[in-house]
Amino acid sequence: MDLKTKFTPQSWPEHPEAATVEGKNKVLGFWIFLGGETVLFASLFATFLALKNKGPSGMEFSTQNLFELPLAFIMTMLLLTSSLTSVYAMYHMKNYNFKAMQGWLFITVLLGLGFLGFEIYEFTHYIHEGFTFTQSAFGSSFYTLVGTHGLHVVIGLGWIILLMLRNAKRGLNLYNAPKFFIASLYWHFIDVVWVFIFTVVYLMGVIK
Amino acid sequence: MSHDVHVEARNEAEYQHSRRKAGQAMRNQVTVFAVMIFLTFIAFAAVQAGFSAYLVVPLVLLFAGVQVGLQLYYFMHLSEKGTGIMQFFIYSGALVAFTMVLGFVTIVWI
Amino acid sequence: MSSTAKKKGFGATIWDYLTTVDHKKIAILYLIAGTLFFVIGGIEAMLIRIQLAKPNNDFVSAGLFNEIITMHGTTMIFLAAMPLLFAFMNAVVPLQIGARDVAFPFLNSLGFWLFFWGGIFLNLSWLLGGAPDAGWTSYASLSLASPGHGIDFYAIGLQISGAGTLISGINFIVTIINMRAPGMTFMRMPLFTWTTFVSSSLILFAFPPLTVGLFFMIFDRMFGSNFFDHTMGGNTIIWEHLFWIFGHPEVYILVLPAFGLYSEIIPTFARKRLFGYSSMVFATILIGFLGFMVWAHHMFTVGLGATANAIFAVATMAIAVPTGMKVFNWLCTMWGGSIKVTTPMLYALGFIPSFVAGGVTGVMQASAPLDYQLHDSYFIVAHFHYVIVGGIVLALFAGAHFYWPIMFNRMLNETLGKITFVVFFIGFHMTFFVQHFLGLMGMPRRVFTYLPNQGLDTYNLISTIGAFLMAIGVVLLVVNVIITTIQNKPCGRDPWGDGRTLEWAIPQPVPYYNFKQTPLVRGLDTYWIEKMEGNKEGMSYAEPISDIHMPNNSIIPFVMVFGLFVAGFGALYNPDADKPWALAVLIIGLAITFGSMIVRSLKDDLGYHISKEELMNEKGGNE
Repeated sequence: MDLKTKFTPQSWPEHPEAATVEGKNKVLGFWIFLGGETVLFASLFATFLALKNKGPSGMEFSTQNLFELPLAFIMTMLLLTSSLTSVYAMYHMKNYNFKAMQGWLFITVLLGLGFLGFEIYEFTHYIHEGFTFTQSAFGSSFYTLVGTHGLHVVIGLGWIILLMLRNAKRGLNLYNAPKFFIASLYWHFIDVVWVFIFTVVYLMGVIK
Repeated sequence: MSHDVHVEARNEAEYQHSRRKAGQAMRNQVTVFAVMIFLTFIAFAAVQAGFSAYLVVPLVLLFAGVQVGLQLYYFMHLSEKGTGIMQFFIYSGALVAFTMVLGFVTIVWI
Repeated sequence: MSSTAKKKGFGATIWDYLTTVDHKKIAILYLIAGTLFFVIGGIEAMLIRIQLAKPNNDFVSAGLFNEIITMHGTTMIFLAAMPLLFAFMNAVVPLQIGARDVAFPFLNSLGFWLFFWGGIFLNLSWLLGGAPDAGWTSYASLSLASPGHGIDFYAIGLQISGAGTLISGINFIVTIINMRAPGMTFMRMPLFTWTTFVSSSLILFAFPPLTVGLFFMIFDRMFGSNFFDHTMGGNTIIWEHLFWIFGHPEVYILVLPAFGLYSEIIPTFARKRLFGYSSMVFATILIGFLGFMVWAHHMFTVGLGATANAIFAVATMAIAVPTGMKVFNWLCTMWGGSIKVTTPMLYALGFIPSFVAGGVTGVMQASAPLDYQLHDSYFIVAHFHYVIVGGIVLALFAGAHFYWPIMFNRMLNETLGKITFVVFFIGFHMTFFVQHFLGLMGMPRRVFTYLPNQGLDTYNLISTIGAFLMAIGVVLLVVNVIITTIQNKPCGRDPWGDGRTLEWAIPQPVPYYNFKQTPLVRGLDTYWIEKMEGNKEGMSYAEPISDIHMPNNSIIPFVMVFGLFVAGFGALYNPDADKPWALAVLIIGLAITFGSMIVRSLKDDLGYHISKEELMNEKGGNE
């Protein structure tokens, strides 16, 4: 593969992420990895469900008196919107419009950072109330589940930022197109997991 | 299984056609996004309104399932051709995940 | 640039292997490292049997005995059986499907080094204050109470090597889906490729729960979380669930590739097409699926309730059906064939009754009420050793003899091979058959000694003598390898004379790019078809000779994993108050890892091309 090949929007393939054997392998391999990630998160969800509201006798914390829906709603909106903006980025990637793609990725990163900020705020708030990682089994399982998702957000942000910086000068080619594509898949997957988190942890948590 | 890339420039008509198709698909994505926002809103509202748990829990779980389906099939392009194997692995993962969660909510012995 | 160089210095060879991304060399690395750990695990097994040879023995102390049994199990499963199977997968699968390499050569190398350094990390516990001592299952309440750092070595070491296994698994799945030669449809894939595929899929879904469980263990032991601590609302059974959701599929991860090896060996030496190919494939997939639905049969005595026990008992018994299909298919393959009893075939013949015995005791334990009697007794030990030694270890030995010509262009000595088989096979049955009776007489598993005159003395002694015979068998195999290496007689292509699949059609030694021209696969057992049609080349081609794209060698995987290895020590000693340097070690290790990741992502790795002219000039392409 020659990196110097110059493309025009006309000669740019319709599926640039799968135009090379390496690209095809990457996309398929990443989907398979996501299959494994599904099971990883399932383990964390299952543990959370088993340990929800369990703690030392007389523990005053519970999902009902801890969680606040408005915060979860804002975080959900931020992440959902960032999912759409990364769809826009991939739309422009397929149109061979590098500038527009970078722009949309930048917005995605901003929204992701916003989400992360709220999550950090939420965690510090709980810790101030005394609900910590070591306080109870409930605390351990909650922070591990939501924290692992948060870690995925951090990794996703770092990944997208690195890709944007690395390729800022040289634009799109068939070598980096699959990389952008799987980074966006990862970002969508983070949103998929969040859908279950806000449903299972927050919504089902506050139901009396 | 040659590793060379064969890229053929499309002619103007083909190019315009694929641009139009892509634009159409993008508008679809925005519609899907609107549906997802709507579902999220309903889910939060239903919980906030304080209906019976027997109604709300299945409802929010259903909405979550629909949202994830939309996310996978539209945002992550699983509705396109040639994604059968990817779907197979995601569904296998989901099946294992379901079994595990079912196990943990029923037979984690206390 | 290429590995065609004639004679290389020792240093250059070492460097070549440290940086290699060639699946054939990684296979050799897996073989060497797997054998090393197999020998370590074997020595531990001998120590166990020596201790149990007579009642009231004080050869090792009770505490040391616990460490030995833990490390024996952990080493044999994670660091010996799996890598040795990976060795054959790496050596054979790309050749079987007509690929020039695996889908992700870089990740292949990364996966190996993760396994290797994880294994070294785990075994260093012997020198650094004591090995883990809570059994290979490391049940939570026991392992949380274990003093010292043994369990931490277990958790972090397995975390590192488990990541490697996961990476290799994904790599094989993608390789088998995307890299097959033209004409190699799914239903023309050799059975070893099929079983590798299913087994890799099981790795994909089984290892994440182990990862999560190990993280919980690390958090509980080092960072004060409460997943398994019931006084803080935790639940010790969660570890058991997570462990067995991983642990049961793990059994199939190991045994399916072993089945695949037998499914290659038996048709080759029966000189007959595999009977019921499509039912074999179907059975493999079915075993894979059912493997995830039965984990709680390891926990019948936990008290999950009659309903749960009944469901899991039925599901477990259901697995006997596809397994039985496979056994009958092997038997029917041999039926009416003109059987040549070579060493690999001898192992395959020995495998069938041994494995059936292990399977039948498995169905006995699937019956929950009976399991209340058998649980944690030597009956269980006998059962799983019949499955693992009778199924997997025999397959590894058979595979070593069978595929040695592909991996090294040499034949292992047949006579010595048959002697090895006889010694090992007798030793194996002597060791484990009597353990069924020991279990039924009430000898519990994992005890470090027993009292005299309870009827246990004779059987334990027989068992120990058998273990020595097994050890002699392994030594004979090693001697065989050494003799073969010294004799240094190239054996050429298809030395068994009856090879059926693509890997036998390649000229020996296998060129580093595998196939000069991508082959065209014309049916199941494609090489056999070509031979029957009198094609001297053994292959039809799908393309003219053209440039071949090759991946670059890289030291980055080695460095990346070495960083993790260093960070592992930092994480391990971090909670100790008297070791302030631990945090620095952790940070340095992670910095090495992330640094090498950044280097990897900043440096474009586009590989290189072997030009058409170079290929034309190279001799040996068509013999």
